[in-house]
Parts: sequence; structure tokens; C-alpha cells
Amino acid sequence: MITQVGEWFDHRLQLAAPVHEVAEHPVPKSTASWWYVFGSAALVVFLLQLITGIMLALIYVPSGSEAWNSLQNLNHDVTLGWFIRALHGWGSNFMVAIVLIHMVQVFLFGAYKFPRELTWVVGIFLLLMTLGMAFTGQVLRFDQDAYWGLGIGASIASRVPVLGPVIVKLMLGGPIIAGATLSRFFALHVFVIPGMLIAFVALHLLMVIKLGINEWPMPGRLVKRATYEREYHQLTLKEGAPFVPYAVWKDLFFAAFILLAVAACAAFFGPFGPSGQPDPTIIQTAPRPDYFFLWLYAVLSFLPPSMETPALLIGPVILIGALLLLPFLSGEGEKSWRRRPIAVLTILLVAVALATFTHLAGYTPWSPHMNAWSSDPIPEKVLHGSTALQRQGALVFQAKQCRNCHSIGESGGQRGPALDSVAVRLTQDQLIRQVIQGGGNMPAYGKNLSPAEATALVAFLETLHPAGQSPAHNAALGEAQQKSASSQ
Amino acid sequence: MSTDNTISRRGLFMKAGIIFNGLVATALAVPIVRFLLSSVTRGRANRYLSWVSLGAVSQFPEGETRLATFRNPYVTPTDGKTADTACWVRRIEGEQFQVFAINCAHLGCPVRWFPQSGLFMCPCHGGAYYQDGSRASGPPERGLFEYPYKVENGLVTIHAGELATPGSPTASLFGKKPPCAA
Repeated sequence: MITQVGEWFDHRLQLAAPVHEVAEHPVPKSTASWWYVFGSAALVVFLLQLITGIMLALIYVPSGSEAWNSLQNLNHDVTLGWFIRALHGWGSNFMVAIVLIHMVQVFLFGAYKFPRELTWVVGIFLLLMTLGMAFTGQVLRFDQDAYWGLGIGASIASRVPVLGPVIVKLMLGGPIIAGATLSRFFALHVFVIPGMLIAFVALHLLMVIKLGINEWPMPGRLVKRATYEREYHQLTLKEGAPFVPYAVWKDLFFAAFILLAVAACAAFFGPFGPSGQPDPTIIQTAPRPDYFFLWLYAVLSFLPPSMETPALLIGPVILIGALLLLPFLSGEGEKSWRRRPIAVLTILLVAVALATFTHLAGYTPWSPHMNAWSSDPIPEKVLHGSTALQRQGALVFQAKQCRNCHSIGESGGQRGPALDSVAVRLTQDQLIRQVIQGGGNMPAYGKNLSPAEATALVAFLETLHPAGQSPAHNAALGEAQQKSASSQ
Repeated sequence: MSTDNTISRRGLFMKAGIIFNGLVATALAVPIVRFLLSSVTRGRANRYLSWVSLGAVSQFPEGETRLATFRNPYVTPTDGKTADTACWVRRIEGEQFQVFAINCAHLGCPVRWFPQSGLFMCPCHGGAYYQDGSRASGPPERGLFEYPYKVENGLVTIHAGELATPGSPTASLFGKKPPCAA
């Protein structure tokens, strides 16, 4: 009976034969490996994103005035709304991570070489679209971070020569970040980019099937345009095994494991935000991007001002250009990472750089601690035995927000150097000069300190040296002058 | 079936059909592109900017810098709170003011004013500005953006309506400050 129904449908659809052909196409036996599971895992997480995304769209309202409320409704009122939001949020983090891991594996296994150049190029577009989905998704979580994140995006776009203002207006859909901005990011996140993603994923998969999965690279087995396809044919048709079930079971296990991991993170950590309402008049906020853009956040605070615009505008072009050109510049030759030390070092360098920047963005040493001046106490041992003038100086130090950028006793901002031993580094004259005139990235405080305040502040700073280490003094002055200088 | 040099009736019709579709598509593209670019063309025509009041002069004590908010002059029905905008108003003396955009000149984060140290500080990448808006330290390349203002009937009004970004057309309206506070 079931066979008959099946035959009835297949007589009309005629899909059984091509599906069998695809499922049972022979693959090199060496590819039935745990290293070959990331592509399919990315596809499965993408499907999860599609399903949870449609679920969220049942409740979410893409309106500047309602989006935040509809997210609260999802989090708190709709049954398991929080869990679907959490699945979608964690799914996006996993998808970015898996796509990157997949790319690293493909790079290290030389899978981008002849004849799979176009598969790699389409893959780069898929990576860019995945990052595009991540950014637009962060915008749809229309909270303070989303609002100011858009402001940062607009500021970067505005630096494009000549076309900057046009791009900003196109991006925002109006003169300011408002309802129209959210609506167009909704259209991008829900229609435009997913549509392109589906088309490009189909193309990517089609090429994987038509050209065959990359064989396990053997050191010394070089790719040559003239002979590669014949050699690959030998590996698949003569020595290969059908993809289903020979290799597919590892893909299935890993995909299920990843889905389980996403669900576990979602259940354990819950959904992301939303943080405060997107009200631009609430300025007590320190906006931060989601984790996949944290490295960029760090880079933007370290670049010298003159380098920033060129780096922001030219950097991505060079980076994406290099990735797109890679298979055309090294389309032949060695595939194995064992014989490609520069490839391995490049991956290590990029990984270490990204990890370092992401780690730094976790505690933002470049940002002033906006509340340190009013909330961080001066350590008791610093004040112990100090004079009235020095204590007055400590008050000035706090009241003038010096603490926002300078730490004492490991609390306070890290924008400027820690001052626990500043008296060892700078003489009294140098301290006065630094405070009054600023310099080396420190603002000048001359206009905002009365002479009495400046004297008190420097008197306090001079007490900041480790026990047993004497403060710096001007060697050009005699001992008597030294004494009179420090007693002034 | 047509050979190389002859055009069959069907072939001609097919070509005419393609050309016909091309013409219709081009005609339809005009309103679609105009729709897409509407936010740009409106901006070109300067229809986003107008004078908005920040309140009476007496709300802003001399020698102090206060936060003021205004509703963006151009709003759409779904803007909600996002059309409310903040700015810093510094009353130097009498009717002499400086009105700064809230957005850091680096990447647009909201700067905060610290009257005790006379500095604007940005929470994002650590930009700092002096009380007159000039750059003090950090990654910004320039001082804070300034709105043109006038005092009319005892009200402080500013010419506003667009997000302050380094390359916005309004940036030319925003006064550029010399990089040194002096």
C-alpha cells in the first residue's frame, strides 16, 4: 500500500532517482571524518534559525515604537517565547562560530583549490551574509545597544568619501535612527538576506555535489589542473564509498550534538536582552556590540585617529578581496596543512589577534569608568598618615573625575596609567605640568583647577609611591632646594 | 526554426517580447528607484532640517552646561521614543550659547558632561572634549558637532533634524572647533 502511494507520487514528481543519486554519490573514503562535519552543521543551524525566526515573526512587531514592547511580551508573556528568542540568539552565535570553523577547515585542507574555486567564493559571500544577518538581527533587538550600534554603523558609513551622506540616509531610511530604520533592517533580516542565503547555500551545495567533496589532503600529492580530476575520479569511483550511509552518520551525530548545545545554552543562559528602551534621551549607557563584533569594537579604540578612516574603508575591501582572490592565486599545488606553514601561521595569527581583541573588549580598558569618581573609594593605606593638604588633594582627585581614567589600588578607569607609583615616575614639577597642560592623550586641567586645588592634587600624587621606594626628584636641584621645593 | 540570416516570425515575436519586457521593466524601475532613494532626495531638498525650541533662556544658567531634549522636527508614525533627541546646551553668558550634538564625533556614542572637571567623556572608545566642545583626547579627529542656534522671544532654538555624523551634509552647518583648547 505504502509502496503504491510512493510510486503514485514518484510517477508524478520523478524525484526518487535524482535524490538516490545525490545521497549515494561516491565520496573518497578518507572524507568520512569528524573534520568534515562543519558544513552540514552550519546548514542545520541555518534551518533552526529559519524555523525559530518564523516563530518570532508571529509575535514581533517591526515598529520603532512597538518592537521593544513586543520583545518584552515574548520574554515574559508568550508561552516559551523566551526560549524561542534564546534559541534564535544562541543559534546566531553558533552559526557565526561554525561558519568560521568550517572556513578554517576548508582553508587548512586546501579545499578551495582547483576545481573548487567558485565553491570557496560563494562560501565567502555566505560568510558575509551570515555576518550581515548577525548585525541586522542585533538591530531588530531594538534596545539601547541596537540604537547606538546603528549610530556607530552610520558614523562609519558617513566617512565614505562623497557618497557618505547618501549611504547614511539610505541605511537609516530618513534623517535619524527611527521607525523607518528598524523597518528596513527588518526587511533586510527577514526577506533580502535570507533569500540570498538560501539561493547561495543551494549553489554552494550544488557545487559540492557536482565537483565532489574535497579528498583528505596527503602531503606531497599536488593538485595539477591537468590531472586532478582524473585522480579524484579514481578516489571516488574506484576506491570510494556511497555518501549515505558511509559518511553521513558523522554529519548526523554532529548536527544533533550542535542543536543540543544550542538548546542547552538557550535553556541555561536564556535570551539576549533586550537591554534598556531605545530612547536616545537616556544617555547613561555604554553601548556594546554582540560578541562577534567585539574585536572590531577594540580595534576602533586602538587605531590612531589619522589611520581610522582609511582602515575602516580600505581594510574590509582588502580583506574581502584577498579572501576572494585566494583560490585564483593558489589554485594548484600542495593541499596538506603539513606542508603549508604560512597558511597555518596565518590562521594562528588571526585567531590570536581576534581572541586578544575580543578579550580586551570584555573589559574595555580604553573607556573611562563613568562612575569611578563617585563610587570607588581611595584605599585606606594611601591616606594613612597623610597631611590635611594631601587629603584635600585626594578629594580633588576624586571630585575632578581623575579616577574615571586613572586607577589606584586596582580600581578606577584604565584609560590612563595606574597612579599607584606615579610619584616614582614623575617629579613634582612634571606632575604639575602634566596636570595643568595635559599631553600624551590626557586633557589639560589648567582651566578647571584653582592654584590651591592644583597644589593639593600634586601633594596627594606625590604620596603615591610604594613603601621603600622614594619619590622621583629633580637631580639638577641641590638638596636644600629639593627640601624647600617639596615643602612648598 | 530560423537559420543564421533569416528571422522567422516566431523569432521576431520573441525578440519583440523581450524588448517589450525591457521597456516595461525600465519604466517600472523609475518609480521603484525613486521610492528607494526618497530619504536621500528629501535630505537633498533640505526638508529634514528646521528650527526647534529647546526652552526658555532662563532654563540655562550662565556658565553652565545642561542636557536638553527636543522632538526631531521630522517624524513618522512609528518613530516612538527614537525621535526624541538629546543635546548639550552651554550658556556662556547672556545670549551667547553653544549647543552640542549628543553624538561623539568619533562613532556617535552619547557623550556625558562632567561639570567638575569641565569635560565631555564618551563611554564607547574614550573620547574626551573640553567644555567648548574642542577635542581633548582619545580617538575623535575633531571637536563635538555644534548646532546653529538663535535666541528668539526668550527661547533658545537650534537648527536640527539630522543625525550628527562626521560626513553628514549638516556637518558643514555644525561649527568646527580648532583642535586646541587653549
